[in-house]
Amino acid sequence: MVLEKSKKLPSSGWRSKGTVEKLLESIALETDYLNRPIKLMEVCGTHTMTLHRYGLKPQLEEVGVEMISGPGCPVCITPDYYHEAIINLLAEKNNIIVCTFGDMTRVPTRKGSLQTFVPKEGSKIKIVYSPEEALEIARENPEKEVIFFGAGFETTIPAITFTVKRAYQEKLKNYSILAAFWLIPPALEALINSKELAISGFIYPGHVSAIIGEQPYAFVARKYGLPGAIAGFEPTDILLGVLSVAGQLRRKKPEVDNVYRRVVRAEGNPEALSLMDEMLEEADVDWRGLGIIPKSGLKLKSAYSQFDATRRYGLKLAPVKIIASGCRCGDVLKGLITPRDCPLFGRSCRPDSPKGPCMVSYEGACLIEFKYSSGVAK
Amino acid sequence: MCLAIPGKVISLENNGTGKVNYMGSTVVANFSLLPDLKVGDWVIVHAGFAISKLDQKEAKKTLKLFKEMEKLSST
Ligand code: SF4
Repeated sequence: MVLEKSKKLPSSGWRSKGTVEKLLESIALETDYLNRPIKLMEVCGTHTMTLHRYGLKPQLEEVGVEMISGPGCPVCITPDYYHEAIINLLAEKNNIIVCTFGDMTRVPTRKGSLQTFVPKEGSKIKIVYSPEEALEIARENPEKEVIFFGAGFETTIPAITFTVKRAYQEKLKNYSILAAFWLIPPALEALINSKELAISGFIYPGHVSAIIGEQPYAFVARKYGLPGAIAGFEPTDILLGVLSVAGQLRRKKPEVDNVYRRVVRAEGNPEALSLMDEMLEEADVDWRGLGIIPKSGLKLKSAYSQFDATRRYGLKLAPVKIIASGCRCGDVLKGLITPRDCPLFGRSCRPDSPKGPCMVSYEGACLIEFKYSSGVAK
Repeated sequence: MCLAIPGKVISLENNGTGKVNYMGSTVVANFSLLPDLKVGDWVIVHAGFAISKLDQKEAKKTLKLFKEMEKLSST
């Protein structure tokens, strides 16, 4: 991350102190008019980070806006049994290299984490920054089998899918992916339908939207009458999003606003969308905390099944009961509790001894809360 | 994993990749998802792939809106 940690804001630009104050004032006018506090969900973990890093949460609360974190952390919503399937495979088979993003390796499961268990001889875990590195490792090590284990939303799915397309074109025999591919709009619909949560609107994720565009959220306004705004990741971006949603509530005209036009086009990224369309198909997948949501995931089409690690190695991705560690990530991801409501937060669960993925991932609500607050349970 | 701020394209290679400058440090990125990129464009890079080109006009519009809002507050 390149953004500085300081909560001090400069005098101009995207983090301008004056603009932040002015936006908060304008939001206060809207909530005054509404004459009630509002509760919005920031779907994306990177939004959660901005809100904490710049101390915006308490400031928003003062003007009548409560922000709750949503399921927008791919590492967090990937169930343990994905990790366990990989751990089992690596413990049984020689000469397998599993490549994955760094925070995936620290997620605790019943079988330890990818970082702590001991793989069979010749097999190993390798941390990569881009799925392309995994592909390169496959090209350079024809005697090994390389699996990219990737969890991601629409933002990351095209990058991982691209490597499969390349492997297919190059007829690479030793590359496959374990795809934990999650789609945001169906998850939002499941959250709305669960009715456990009274949300007045959404701040939609900026970079998921850079891929999918505006239309996939239209049902939220049309079918459920809830407002929303696509926002970027600077403090002013998020506040502009909140202001838009509050205004939609006042006017009783819910829509999908886009206050991140500099990055998000209405139609998304056509190249990425057509790649996904070409190679992937919808699947019913299981989200940590949310359970199985119809058509909320993607998997490789059968024409590419040789690149699908689940089919290639017969990986069993069978739902298991949540581990008895007491971790409440599931409820955090649904916005039902805040990290501090978890009895383990800051006590047995800390960044150096995480009990669940929400304390592992950089986009995880528990790690963010720990890092930017005192870290000690209240 | 996700660099929330844009970087500037400083070179294009013929294999669909290129270099992006992030406040002085250079990263190699895959440009296949944005086939029309040119040197000098600003991009958002995610997991090694450029996923969106920054629209300078839209960026300026938003910054102008902020300036106007601030002027309002000082009057
Ligand atoms: S604080 Fe730790 S144990 Fe509690 S919900 Fe968060 S990750 Fe799970």
